Amino acid sequence: MTSESLETQAETPPESIVCRDVHKWFGDFHVLRGLNVTIHQAEVVVVFGPSGSGKSTFIRTLNHLEEHQRGEIIVNGVALTHDIRNIDAVRRDVGMVFQSFNLFPHLTVMQNITLAPRRVRKWSRDQAEATATELLERVGILEQADKYPAQLSGGQQQRVAIARALAMQPKIMLFDEPTSALDPEMIKEVLDVMRELATSGMTMIVITHEMGFAREVADRMMMFDEGTILEAGTPAQIFDDPQNERTKLFLSQIL
Amino acid sequence: MATTPEVLPPSTSVGIVGWLRANLFSTALNAAFTVVTGVLSVLMLVAIFRWVVFSADWSPVTESLKLFLVGQYPTEELWRVGAVVVGAAALMGVSWAVWGGVLRTFARIMAAGSLIVALSPLEPAGFDLAVRAWYLGGAASIVLGFALARAAALDPKWVMRAWVLGFFLGMALIWGFEETSLGESLRGFFGAGAALTVVLGVAGWVGRFPAGVVLRWLAWGWGALFLVTIVMFWGLGQTDIAPRVGTSRWGGLLLTFVLALVGIAASFPIGVLLALGRRSRLPVLKGFSITFIELVRGVPLVTLLFMTVIIVPLFLPRGTSFDLVLRALFAITLFSSAYMAENIRGGLAAVPLGQIEGAKALGLGGFQTMLFIVLPQALRAVIPAIVGQFISLFKDTTLVVIVGLLDVLGIGKALFLGNVRWFGAQAEVYLFIAAVFWVFTFAMAYASRKLEDTLGVGTR
Repeated sequence: MTSESLETQAETPPESIVCRDVHKWFGDFHVLRGLNVTIHQAEVVVVFGPSGSGKSTFIRTLNHLEEHQRGEIIVNGVALTHDIRNIDAVRRDVGMVFQSFNLFPHLTVMQNITLAPRRVRKWSRDQAEATATELLERVGILEQADKYPAQLSGGQQQRVAIARALAMQPKIMLFDEPTSALDPEMIKEVLDVMRELATSGMTMIVITHEMGFAREVADRMMMFDEGTILEAGTPAQIFDDPQNERTKLFLSQIL
Repeated sequence: MATTPEVLPPSTSVGIVGWLRANLFSTALNAAFTVVTGVLSVLMLVAIFRWVVFSADWSPVTESLKLFLVGQYPTEELWRVGAVVVGAAALMGVSWAVWGGVLRTFARIMAAGSLIVALSPLEPAGFDLAVRAWYLGGAASIVLGFALARAAALDPKWVMRAWVLGFFLGMALIWGFEETSLGESLRGFFGAGAALTVVLGVAGWVGRFPAGVVLRWLAWGWGALFLVTIVMFWGLGQTDIAPRVGTSRWGGLLLTFVLALVGIAASFPIGVLLALGRRSRLPVLKGFSITFIELVRGVPLVTLLFMTVIIVPLFLPRGTSFDLVLRALFAITLFSSAYMAENIRGGLAAVPLGQIEGAKALGLGGFQTMLFIVLPQALRAVIPAIVGQFISLFKDTTLVVIVGLLDVLGIGKALFLGNVRWFGAQAEVYLFIAAVFWVFTFAMAYASRKLEDTLGVGTR
């Protein structure tokens, strides 16, 4: 407790995301029950917990793919309201990577990556393609630029999806179980890209059960259960000295 | 070392003999069937061949080719139709160079066909040197268009625009220009402009297009209207280059094509808007779309044609006359767009929600998501249904016979009703008409198959 507040005072990294008492219902089902989260710039937060605990809903509220019904969410200093311009402004600066990739099957890899920069950021085609080429090289699949998503392996598709999100030059990246739909031998290539991204100083919120990755990369981990954050702390605290019984049980099941 | 013994291939399971054995003569019963159907087929083919070549009387067709092609279009103005066809042929050649694929096939067949017609030894009535020259010009312009586009390495975007522009220019040329007073021109200009503004405004509201997009369309629309007004009502009217040819004189294949092409071109965007409207969350819009679609789909096309042609004018002020072909087009477009909307709605429903989320997460707005992500996938998913709709629209144009228009079928009927000599040749005339329709519908179906193959590259 004291050490954390001391740390913030010492470095004072600006706040990226602030959630205050966030609630969300699906019909009568209370998915998010009063979340209070502050995430600072360049922080890597791993979110885990049993399915149905609201972790996916939580990060989807951060770019307003889901609407929260009570409380306050401030992303990069912009409060998320119903105002569509507000939402579009936030989405431009928040990249998202989905479990099922959600690449556009009718566009080539290059077109997938350049579409949003050209249409939303209004970049020229040359500028967008130059950036896309850089990103494809960074995720290691430059040679696939003219293929269609269906012609790539799952791991390659997810790396394209990461490049596509990065092309908008986001300040925050959200990962919704990015490796859950992948065959085991492809998980590593995606995690490698994410690891590189984390060391480059990107603010990241990652839902994953890849605990090796979490221990190595995360600054902070959050255990979700029934719409609340049951326990949060550094990987060392969570793995070596979990306080909550449910956290212990859950970790023992997946490790 | 021990070698494995050589194994000879089993006796002919491949090749023609193998195929025959496997498929036609596998059992005694099968062989018997093969022989019997083979003999029957040969007998039938021989009979058909003998009838077509020796006993059939093709004179009603060969002596009325002009009627079948353009109806009563004045002979001295036929150069306008010829010019439009030659222009389209040139664009076809350009498209062959730019896109290849199925267009290459069509362009080659058209060029070869025109060449054969131009040089054919047959001499039906009215088929003089001038007509042959037009056909030769068609073939030549395909080749010329191809060569020029190849050399210039054209951007496909411009070819697309040329087709759209050519479509309107061609229609205008075939219709012709009429001298009118300044007052009438201005009335036409502002009337059409007001209608355009309302339509675009509603479309923009329905589709939730950004204001900038709507304004840009409006500017283009008013600009185009201005040009059209200058040319159609005022400028060329006094020069007498291409006097108005009333639609009552259009007929035959020309009329069929105008009805089908305009019907397709108009019903497609309307269908897209209706489909979007039906899926809209705005109750008024949704209600209107559902009501329109269900009302129109519940009524036979014949009834719609009667309504627009005969009943609607009764409610208009006395003296307002609406062009007959325009009224028929109105009915055909209404009818087709309702079906088109339902086809496209099916495609919209087939686009996974994840696609929309992926687009939104990238910051694309609702309009951009629809335009770049949802519609391309939705339309691609329903190409077979859309082309099927186009094909039935093409065939349904024959129904305009009942309101007194003479399309290909109408000409055929009029022929032996008007000429006792040909009364016995009904089979020949109908067979000819059937062949004409089959050629075009088959071409459309073939193009659709090829298009699916080409676009199938990126599908999951």
